[in-house]
Amino acid sequence: MNKTDNQKAWFLVLPMLVLVAFSAVIPLMTVVNYSVQDTFGNNVFFPAGLEWFRSTLQSDRLWGSLGRQLMFSGIILLIQIPLGVYIALNMPKKGFWVSFCLVLMSLPLLIPWNVVGTIWQIFGRVDIGLLGYTLEAIGVDYNYTQDAFDAWFTLVIMDVWHWTSLVALLAYAGLQSIPDAYYQAAKIDQASRWSVFRYIELPKMMGVLMIAILLRFMDSFMIYTEPFVVTGGGPGSSTNFLSIDLVNIALGQLDLGPAAAYSLMYFLIILLISWVFYTVMTNLDKREGN
Amino acid sequence: MAKITFENLAHSYLPNPQGEADYALKEINHDWVDGEAYALLGSSGCGKTTLLNIISGLLQPSQGQIFFDGQDVTQAPTAERNIAQVFQFPVVYDTMSVRDNLAFPLRNRGADPAYIAQRVQTVAKMIGMKEGLNRKARGLTADAKQKISLGRGMVREDVNALLFDEPLTVIDPHLKWELRTQLKSLHHEFGHTMIYVTHDQTEALTFADKVVVMYDGRVVQIGTPEELFERPEHTFVGYFIGSPGMNLLDATVDGASAKVEAGAVDLGSGYGSASGKVQIGVRPEFVSVSSGGAGLPASIERVEDVGRHKIVRLDLAGAGISAIVSEGQSVPSSDVRVSFDPAKINVYADDWRVAPFEGQKGEAA
Repeated sequence: MNKTDNQKAWFLVLPMLVLVAFSAVIPLMTVVNYSVQDTFGNNVFFPAGLEWFRSTLQSDRLWGSLGRQLMFSGIILLIQIPLGVYIALNMPKKGFWVSFCLVLMSLPLLIPWNVVGTIWQIFGRVDIGLLGYTLEAIGVDYNYTQDAFDAWFTLVIMDVWHWTSLVALLAYAGLQSIPDAYYQAAKIDQASRWSVFRYIELPKMMGVLMIAILLRFMDSFMIYTEPFVVTGGGPGSSTNFLSIDLVNIALGQLDLGPAAAYSLMYFLIILLISWVFYTVMTNLDKREGN
Repeated sequence: MAKITFENLAHSYLPNPQGEADYALKEINHDWVDGEAYALLGSSGCGKTTLLNIISGLLQPSQGQIFFDGQDVTQAPTAERNIAQVFQFPVVYDTMSVRDNLAFPLRNRGADPAYIAQRVQTVAKMIGMKEGLNRKARGLTADAKQKISLGRGMVREDVNALLFDEPLTVIDPHLKWELRTQLKSLHHEFGHTMIYVTHDQTEALTFADKVVVMYDGRVVQIGTPEELFERPEHTFVGYFIGSPGMNLLDATVDGASAKVEAGAVDLGSGYGSASGKVQIGVRPEFVSVSSGGAGLPASIERVEDVGRHKIVRLDLAGAGISAIVSEGQSVPSSDVRVSFDPAKINVYADDWRVAPFEGQKGEAA
């Protein structure tokens, strides 16, 4: 087939280009712009070079938040993925209870983030919250506003409550796509329950599980609303995650330069981890294909 | 290896079956002789797979019992029955290598590693996959995957029966023939009881010692390919086996002659007077077409030349029939007459074959 050269075709891409420019490129460039300038107010800016990046990288603040953030994502992944798979394995395969379970499972997913935060904020209070009051009553020393461990415990349980359903639903979809013949063949081959999971269910779920891990990682790595409502980053800075820290710098202290540098690095970290994750995923696929 | 016995076995997928129509598998009593190769033949949805799954224990029958060598296994789970089954679509364990796939059933039973290695080699040779044993099963073609499934079915030597559920559907035609031949020679060599489900009559007739024809949840005839061809017990068998199938003509039968729309037909032996919906059936192979002379007047609608022979489609007083004419023979163009070989005519009342008196041909049904 002969292709004809027609440079006017570029105009067809233009609307998309404009749209992307306004939605992504221009806002991002504003942040880049802030990150290399300083101001004393009155909308007067002067260049600051890479000073903000240097000072942010040298401060303990970024590293502390990053460490907490990674730990949070790690913990909730370690809990939510196995728990979600376990729930999916135990959900009914057909009949009336399927729809019941599906609706029940999706309920937490439908609740807005700040409402989830509010629910747990009240739920965990020792004076009026059911959880906090009960724990207090049976003699467990629990107070998420004063104890760092309790604060972490509350946030992790809250995230597990909010998002395990997503993993379970994805895993369930993966399980449902396995033809009956596989289970029948496994019975014929006298495979144990563990073998069925290891060699049939897990490989068939791998695709959706990868998506679940990626989604849950990104979401938890950018978590803001819930810890902001429940602990506000406290006690001290024990639950100060990257996003909370960033908002404090940008809007609390109005340090636009350092905040811009901070957010650019935050963005790069997410990009880097997602890229690594994606590469590992596709390589795994390729290796198993051969 | 075992003799498999069905006693009053029937199955319905409904919880409370009311009439006969609710049963996917109607009551059946049968002995599957140890070491024979059976083909289960029938159109889609006639209960073939149901029957197979009951043998392997994937399905609990709603009534009746099933015995392996006289031992009741009706309630026994699949694992205890020691059955091998190959499914219509390839089932392989994607993340395992071909070798591990073949070894899997033996490993699950805790067999000796040296024995496993030796069996895997033997089976790999049988299915022609000695080369790629270390490959991952994922990414293989459907052909290769189905060969692995077949291999997994054959790897255990002590199975009570080998069941095949249309295993060659996804395989290329030339390979199909080859694998079928291999299965057959395997059967000769090891003498497993084999039950092979198919809706392809060629496959059934070439594979099996005995063909079991099923129709609408019922076993209508069990017999050698020859019996099915010569004396179909049910009009469905006549129609389903043979290409084209048996010609069926509505008739009234009185003694040794039948009256069809076009005239009288000599039956060769006496039948008394059959009642119900009476039909005579004759295979196209035994219909001769001539010009003038004796026979029933007919007109030719079309002639299909299939290479080895010609199939002549005729109109016999409103009923369509087929005749097979050898390649060299010319097809008459005017004053067409058809006649039937009296010894090869079967009489049916309400779709079931009526045995002639005095056993002049065949035995009573």
